[in-house]
Amino acid sequence: MINRLLKRLTAHLDGLLLSLLLLTLVIGLFVLYSASGMSIERTGGQLANILVALACLWIFANLPPQHLERVALPLYVLGMLLLLGVSLFGDVSHGAKRWLNLGVMRIQPSELMRIAVPLMLAWYFARREASLRLADYIVAAVLLAMPVGLIVKQPDLGTALLISASGFFAIFLAGLSWKLIISAGVSIAAVTPLLWSMMHDYQRRRVEILFDPYQDPLGAGYHTIQATIALGSGGFAGKGWLNGTQAQLDFLPERHTDFIFAVFGEEFGMLGILLLLILFTAIIARGLLISANAQNTFSRLLAGSITLTFFTYAFVNMGMVSGILPVVGVPLPLVSYGGTSLVTLMVGFGILMSIQTHKKLVTS
Amino acid sequence: MKSTSELKNYQREQYYFRIRLGVAAVIVLVCFGLLVSRFFFLQVMRYDYYQTLAENNRISLVPIVPNRGLILDRNGEVLAHNFFVYTLEITPSKIDDLEQTIHDISKLIEVSSNDRKKFKKLREQSHSFESVPLRTHLTEAEAARFAVNRYRFPGVEIKSRLFRHYPQGTLGSHLLGYIGRINDADLKDLEARGDFSNYKGSDHIGKSGIEQSYEKALHGVTGFQQVEIDADGHAVRTLSSTPPIPGDNLYLSIDSKLQDIAEKAFGERRGALVALDPSNGEILAYVSQPNFDPNLFVDGIDQENWQILNDSLDKPLINRPVRGLYPPGSTFKPFAALAGLENGKRTPPFSIRDPGFYVLSGSSHRYRDWKEGGHGQVDVRRAIAVSCDTFFYGLALDLGIDRLASFVSHFGFGSKSGIDIDGELPGLLPTPAWKWKRWKQKWYPGETVITGTGQGYTLVTPLQLAVAVGTLANDGVTVRPHLVTSIHESQSGISRPRPIEIADRLQIKPENLQLVRLGMMDVTQPGGTAASIGAGSPYAIAAKTGTAQVVGVKQGEKYNASTIDERHRDHALFIAYAPAEAPKIAIAVIVENGGHGGSTAGPIARKVMDYYLLGKAPIPETPAAEPEPLPEQDMPHD
Repeated sequence: MINRLLKRLTAHLDGLLLSLLLLTLVIGLFVLYSASGMSIERTGGQLANILVALACLWIFANLPPQHLERVALPLYVLGMLLLLGVSLFGDVSHGAKRWLNLGVMRIQPSELMRIAVPLMLAWYFARREASLRLADYIVAAVLLAMPVGLIVKQPDLGTALLISASGFFAIFLAGLSWKLIISAGVSIAAVTPLLWSMMHDYQRRRVEILFDPYQDPLGAGYHTIQATIALGSGGFAGKGWLNGTQAQLDFLPERHTDFIFAVFGEEFGMLGILLLLILFTAIIARGLLISANAQNTFSRLLAGSITLTFFTYAFVNMGMVSGILPVVGVPLPLVSYGGTSLVTLMVGFGILMSIQTHKKLVTS
Repeated sequence: MKSTSELKNYQREQYYFRIRLGVAAVIVLVCFGLLVSRFFFLQVMRYDYYQTLAENNRISLVPIVPNRGLILDRNGEVLAHNFFVYTLEITPSKIDDLEQTIHDISKLIEVSSNDRKKFKKLREQSHSFESVPLRTHLTEAEAARFAVNRYRFPGVEIKSRLFRHYPQGTLGSHLLGYIGRINDADLKDLEARGDFSNYKGSDHIGKSGIEQSYEKALHGVTGFQQVEIDADGHAVRTLSSTPPIPGDNLYLSIDSKLQDIAEKAFGERRGALVALDPSNGEILAYVSQPNFDPNLFVDGIDQENWQILNDSLDKPLINRPVRGLYPPGSTFKPFAALAGLENGKRTPPFSIRDPGFYVLSGSSHRYRDWKEGGHGQVDVRRAIAVSCDTFFYGLALDLGIDRLASFVSHFGFGSKSGIDIDGELPGLLPTPAWKWKRWKQKWYPGETVITGTGQGYTLVTPLQLAVAVGTLANDGVTVRPHLVTSIHESQSGISRPRPIEIADRLQIKPENLQLVRLGMMDVTQPGGTAASIGAGSPYAIAAKTGTAQVVGVKQGEKYNASTIDERHRDHALFIAYAPAEAPKIAIAVIVENGGHGGSTAGPIARKVMDYYLLGKAPIPETPAAEPEPLPEQDMPHD
């Protein structure tokens, strides 16, 4: 009886993927404990976040993909309306307009869009799959550009980047011709100056400092310099858990959120980083496999897009902490402190599991 | 059939999709490979380097604050410079028990509760490895006492920091302004401007006057140093260093001698004076009385002095030349006269018979002339010379308020002059449209009438008056007034002179301008309202007196200076330029509650002009040198 209940509860979970995620989350908790200066409160808070996120994962894993397919369009429209609401009536904090106050609660519609955009694009391509033409890719690009534009305006470069990536992957996997990809690359290079002129001063500064952090070692370059010192001084084997001097002596800014990877790298060294990279690679590999074996266009595009977005997430964060990418405010997935992004991530993995476990038998 | 082709399609699609996924997987591996190589570089190849940098916390980045630029007058006289003082500074990260340390220090050196408060506030704004001053202005004895005991206090150091000093004290305090400690609002501004990191290590920022408006040039660029520190926290050697770029030196158009003479000429009176060169807009003297000592603000003004300055009825902190708003009174008349002439509403031969008052048709209200019984036959030139109110009442009405306002706006009334210090007020040039917008009330003809004599809603700043009279002197060309004539980069030695900027160019008929100028010259001649000012002058002075009511005088009542409170007495105004034929200086003076423009404001202007044009300093304080104007010769009221 109990066995059967357990079986029903876990029927739609992917054991391998779940184990990989749990392992990474546990490592993350240990790093957070160190990075927060051994704060039980913060670590406990993150544990609570994890439990909520896992519950979300379970719910979405049990939701058949067909249901998702049905809500794709309404969810996207809702997300767009909320984003417009933010740009009109949003609350400003730290110079950015990201939150919408609904009276009962404050929501961050850009997070919703991180799920809604890949859903929408997967739904769109699935509908048009029989007769995909160039016009469809243009429509898809517009569907992607609208929310991204609004989020860039907030400004929230990190989220905009991740949503762009998820949309790009969906379009890429849908079979956009290589010729177009290359020409798109060229035209992006052409509009870069335009984007530059739209950026806020602090964002431009970040880009400038990226190329030469020593230009501004006390200001904008401080993050990058201190983070590379932390990583470099960690060496091959690391200084040991709770022993990172850079981290513990207050040199590292934002060390429990966006820069937690520097703490990890300092305390666990290159060995630790390699382990984490292997875990990430395994998660990505599992996700790509699920995508490859998915049964219809909607599922495989969605799975592929979610997986590759997770990769972008990890790559951008590690890249910015180690000083090869600009500091754009992307947390390290599964490790950085913060509930919202964790829930969004786990919803994504829940969808992956759902795709994997809701296969219908194909009649040959 | 159909199902097999679908199946084929499906398989083909899946095949292409998997190729795409494969490409993505390769990209993932390449990117992660890139990261691994970066980590290998940082953590294995450069390990030793970063190890030294981090583990012993041996290296820290120290900002080097640039020397603030000097401010000098037109002759190179120093108005603001820097000097070294000893400060006692603490690096919190190097100290275990901060409270105890401060307690121990206070046994050696006096540390007031105020110092502690400041220290606490500064600490919250700094990194823990940055040193924060606990005490400033240490005496030699205090510095020596601490030096003997310094082994007991690792992490506490005596440093010498540069402090701002204004050697001339109160002279030109409002134009120089002052610097003060950077506060939260300043930090927000700096962040918004993207200058935040350039102020690492800087404690001070310009708060008003030139110090504020030229902050960017004066501050310079902060340098930084990577220093290696031994276990006791002492710098052992410098690993790399980027020197700071000192701030630029500013040369002002002010002549500090002239400024001094002008300020002293005010005595105990309140008011403002602006003198400028009409040909190039250079401000020669800029007086706001009473003034204050900017040195009080440099290290944070203490409560007691602040209260004295802030609560004083004389309002010494108000920058009167740009923020003092006064009705122009009769100094407005030359501009109104020109408006009438240029619009063809008045001609040189036109004259009126002045009965001593003006009545609007259909009304019984009498707009009085200041002279009971009137001035007799008055034409434009004489109306200026004797300051005939009746003449200008009628002129304004014939011209109409909109045309009057639109014409005089070319002299800079009602808009900011664009002077190079912040906080300037635009004054007010009233129009029916303005009144409707402001009060939702319609404009009455009577309001046009009094606007003609500079009464009513019109408000001007002393600077605007000086610019306006300068424009008259400069044939209708307004040059933007400015205080800084050149910016001198101390590093490169390059000097950048400020270009002369034409703000407005009014086309006036030369004969009209000449007529108004003759009227203004008559003002300082016998029979004019400021005859005493012109008396004995080797150069011709074109001028206009003015009186601005502080409290209204009711119909049928008489203004009597001796019976009303001093602060309710009229403001005295005086504008002039000289020499009248080839103007070199234009000047506007306002003496608050000074009564008659000719008798209180005029003599101040004369002293300034005498020094500037003749190099003649007024003979100090002998009554004979300052003859009180004789009532017969000088009009008792303008």
